[in-house]
Amino acid sequence: MSDATLRSPLHDQHVALGATLVPFAGWEMPVRYTGDIAEHTAVRTAAGLFDLSHMGEISIRGDQAAAFLDHALVGRISAVALWGAKYTMLCTPEGGVIDDLIVYRRDWDHFFIVANAANKDVVVEELTARLAGFDATLEDISPEVALIAVQGPRAEDIVARMCTRGDDDIRAMRYYSAANVLLQGDIHAFVARTGYTGEDGFELFVDADEAAAVWALALEEGAADGIVPCGLSSRDTLRLEAGMPLYGQELTRDTTPFDAGLGRIVVFGTPAKPRGDFVGREALLRAKVEGPSRVLVGLLGDGRRAARAGYGVLDAEGATVGVVTSGAPSPTLGRPIAMAYVPATLAEPGTVVGIDVRGRREDMTVTALPFYSRAS
Amino acid sequence: MSNVPEELAYSAEHEWVSGEPDAGAEVTVGITEHAAQALGDIVYVEAPRVGDTVVAGEVCGELESTKAVSELYSPVSGTVIAVNEALEGAPETLNSDAYGDGWIFKVEISETATDLLDAEAYAALTE
Repeated sequence: MSDATLRSPLHDQHVALGATLVPFAGWEMPVRYTGDIAEHTAVRTAAGLFDLSHMGEISIRGDQAAAFLDHALVGRISAVALWGAKYTMLCTPEGGVIDDLIVYRRDWDHFFIVANAANKDVVVEELTARLAGFDATLEDISPEVALIAVQGPRAEDIVARMCTRGDDDIRAMRYYSAANVLLQGDIHAFVARTGYTGEDGFELFVDADEAAAVWALALEEGAADGIVPCGLSSRDTLRLEAGMPLYGQELTRDTTPFDAGLGRIVVFGTPAKPRGDFVGREALLRAKVEGPSRVLVGLLGDGRRAARAGYGVLDAEGATVGVVTSGAPSPTLGRPIAMAYVPATLAEPGTVVGIDVRGRREDMTVTALPFYSRAS
Repeated sequence: MSNVPEELAYSAEHEWVSGEPDAGAEVTVGITEHAAQALGDIVYVEAPRVGDTVVAGEVCGELESTKAVSELYSPVSGTVIAVNEALEGAPETLNSDAYGDGWIFKVEISETATDLLDAEAYAALTE
């Protein structure tokens, strides 16, 4: 570990739990505690507890905070209601994705942005550059904020029990909204009903120096419901089953939101509901009109050998026509699943494509995403 | 810390060998606990087939976990005389009992192996 490697405020807890720690986006984070499949299954059937303190948190405040974010991001952030949340992206003027983000509205003039750990510095830099001319301020609050997620069908009961005030708000909260609550121990938390697992769940933003107490509280209140600490490995298979993109794999500066099938998050406005200029507008409008040259699809295999990120997608003649962006044996389905960019001509569900799995072709079938949706 | 039994020999590619690796001898091969832990939950083992010729240091199969895939190297040269069929239905045995029921294949050695590590040297390698 180099001196520059960052440690979560929960590092000692991970070591005490016997976690396998790995370098991840400049941090040393738990990849697993016991086993990937047990952790994955706990989230699907009961609850999992994640330390996501490596994620970046950025606070935007000011009279023109909403106008600034409307300019800087592809979504219409000014339309987000108080305590609402929105999945959006920061794009280059050429329409490439710099990062995917969740923006929370905490007050009429206060927004809270969660960015990927690996991109946090570039997001701060890019947003700061775009601030010019707006009456708004940006603050990188990542070092002071710990992010702890409770995900799974038992999450609502567990998080409600962790509260001394606001448990009613937890139970009433809709997906993609948030509230301030008071946790046991007089701990203030900003809690959002968001996640990256395909299950119901909550993300708790707390002061870094209270992270250990919140972690212990979640384990204690979740014990009866079977809560399990979960590492990055299960987080990856959970999000893949849920068809959620990962920056660096499905999303890069060379992809537009339209390539990734997420064009709906780019808001151009209508005559009745116009939207001003925003960074990337022209290029993204062109991408929308022209349509993507390649399409992000789901792939489902019948064999045992899984496609992995970077493997080639082959057409019937064996020519490489696409690339796998993520792939793994699905713990829930018991079959290999993957996401891949393929030409539009091969994107129809039911189309069989080949994958070059270390020199041997394995057939997989194009399928609609997600691979897994929770019963609602 | 993972367990490294004294009585086994090891390859730098994280396989173990049980039995004297001399020409004509029969040995059992598996992967170390360290390797199994690093891979995570193993969900598929592609072992060589009975009758296959394997060469020390060369790929003879693959191991797939939810997290990653890893090639399986043969630590010795010879002919495969048995394969652990139970791994087909229960690949997780590699995680739960890497040095016992998680054995992968048996080889009749054609050429005495000279570059295997003892437990101490292998443990040092994985520190």
